[in-house]
Amino acid sequence: MPSLKDLKIRINSVKSTQKITKAMKMVAASKLRRAQDAAEAARPYAERMEKVLTGLGQAVKDQPGASPLLAGTGKDDVQLVIVATSERGLCGGFNTNIVKVAKAHILKLIDQGKTVKILCIGRKGHVILRREFEDKIIDLKDMSGVKKLGFGDAQPIAAEVLAMFERGEFDVATLFYAKFQSALVQINTKQQLIPASLDDAANENDVQDDLGGAVYDYEPSEEAILDDLLPRNVAVQIYRGLLENAASEQGARMTAMDNATRNAGDMIDSLTVTYNRTRQANITKELIEIISGAEAL
Amino acid sequence: MADMLHFEIVSPERLLKDAQAAMVVVPGADGDFAALPGHAPMMSTIRPGVVEVYETEGGEPEQLFIKGGLAQISPDGLTILAEETIHLDDVDAADLSQKISDAESELAKAPDDVARTAVEKELAWMTALSGIVS
Repeated sequence: MPSLKDLKIRINSVKSTQKITKAMKMVAASKLRRAQDAAEAARPYAERMEKVLTGLGQAVKDQPGASPLLAGTGKDDVQLVIVATSERGLCGGFNTNIVKVAKAHILKLIDQGKTVKILCIGRKGHVILRREFEDKIIDLKDMSGVKKLGFGDAQPIAAEVLAMFERGEFDVATLFYAKFQSALVQINTKQQLIPASLDDAANENDVQDDLGGAVYDYEPSEEAILDDLLPRNVAVQIYRGLLENAASEQGARMTAMDNATRNAGDMIDSLTVTYNRTRQANITKELIEIISGAEAL
Repeated sequence: MADMLHFEIVSPERLLKDAQAAMVVVPGADGDFAALPGHAPMMSTIRPGVVEVYETEGGEPEQLFIKGGLAQISPDGLTILAEETIHLDDVDAADLSQKISDAESELAKAPDDVARTAVEKELAWMTALSGIVS
């Protein structure tokens, strides 16, 4: 039986924990709004880029001499898996979920006898993946210094990935991140970066611009534009993934902290009940002692 | 009032500009071209240079420097996909030449081809910009 003082201390400590989780929830909520705005602001560029790429890509894809970024290297023996996670914990199952999906993918690839290389963006995923695939992780991109995610943060990563591709260090690159749907729901997403996948963009509802019978003029040439655009597309896709991830992280943290605050509240209630019971029991005990002492006289 | 051209400059981070103009001069990779309302659909890569936006015919152009990108003219108007724009009035010539000499010395000691191309790319747009400013 804990003493009254112990109980009081525990109640107070849970109370201060609750204050922290509550504050974290509110911080996450405001960060979430900012992250969402950033993700939304980035949408027009990505959409236009996708439109242009789809239009151009379909035409050029099957031609010989198409860029390997679009057509692939013709092999899929070496696979690069890019796993984007967060820098901080305390966001529920956010990192675990991304890693789980990535891990399933990696194990499947290993089963098929492929060579896997892993590039981690964000410390948290690295910590989990390191346990199992230490020898396969080629690099960790630490984003903890980044306050506000900008395109400039995604560009160096893309440049490195492209340089590796040019040196022939891998054939296929896949990016794993959590797509933001709402504060409660994050969708773990797997996206193929290289070769560029145009399938999902090329759905039939996507009506092409009505050009009134005219055809696009390409300057200098279709191939030159594609060569310029494809590397840029990799950077844009990574940037987009990171933005979605940032929003998802805050959403997950908000939900997790909301739960923690509620749990702390429940705990305080039950501890208070125990505290009051113990206090009453103590008073009753003292009374009995006094009465029986008086009777003995 | 003649037809206006609807044009947008979009960066990966946000929509930089969305406006109407009488004419926009774009520094295409194969040479400058002017986009007027009703231009035939075309697509062109852009070299580092100045985009001139004429809000009215014959008026003073608004000059925006862009580091390269892609221009697309469709019946809806002109869309420029660019990484960054710099307003010419905001450019400090002294600061820029300092940056250029920094980049040049960095280029000299770049360890490998990857780093060299990155610095060269930076240098290309800065020299283009300083050529315009001075």
